[in-house]
Amino acid sequence: MTYTAIAVLAALAAVALDRWGARTRLTTSATWWLAYAIIVGFQLLTNGWLTGRGIVRYDPGTIVGGSRVAFIGDGRLAFAPVEDLGFGFALVLTTCVVWVWLGRRQDGEAG
Amino acid sequence: MSLPHWSYVAMLVFCLVGTLPLVPAFRLRVLRQPGRLLLTIVVAGAPFLAWDLYATHARQWRFDPAQTLPWRVAGLPLEEIGFFLVIPLVTVLTYEAVRVVRRRGRVRRPREHREVS
Repeated sequence: MTYTAIAVLAALAAVALDRWGARTRLTTSATWWLAYAIIVGFQLLTNGWLTGRGIVRYDPGTIVGGSRVAFIGDGRLAFAPVEDLGFGFALVLTTCVVWVWLGRRQDGEAG
Repeated sequence: MSLPHWSYVAMLVFCLVGTLPLVPAFRLRVLRQPGRLLLTIVVAGAPFLAWDLYATHARQWRFDPAQTLPWRVAGLPLEEIGFFLVIPLVTVLTYEAVRVVRRRGRVRRPREHREVS
């Protein structure tokens, strides 16, 4: 599977985990979206460093863009393949879901 | 090892320097719950680490040896393992900080005459 396909699937899987798996429903809360908005801003900055400098390099056959590392355009945003947004979204959401889910379990046991 | 070898490490340090001050600033209790935090990092990070291993071995992406430290774990630079520790940590810190800010806003307005924590 290409990076594009896995990134889309991962983002969808994370939303499914939030809505129906763990039932944390963070994607219905303004708090989570605000946190994500802050994080994605810093993702563009730090990931721009990793990709713009070529610390991480991508096979053009696996992303929608080509081999040219553009700041914007050609399937890239702040030097990074747009697929990285899917990766980041899924990682950030999954992390928050697990964190909140564990917290609720602890509270349940305590009370 | 020359300075460029620390390029990836620098990014991870930047993330930590930017978010760890949130702990005292908002009196976050994240680091006081090491079990919950560690479990979150392991459970949430594991599938993404597996994805990273797959993509790296399928050569979907690769890492510049000149801008990473020489150590490799299953083909991944040590920093890439660190990424899956640092990013979940800074994510939880950011989320909890936003939660505190929003809770303060909600609590203070209607109860300003009472104690403000």
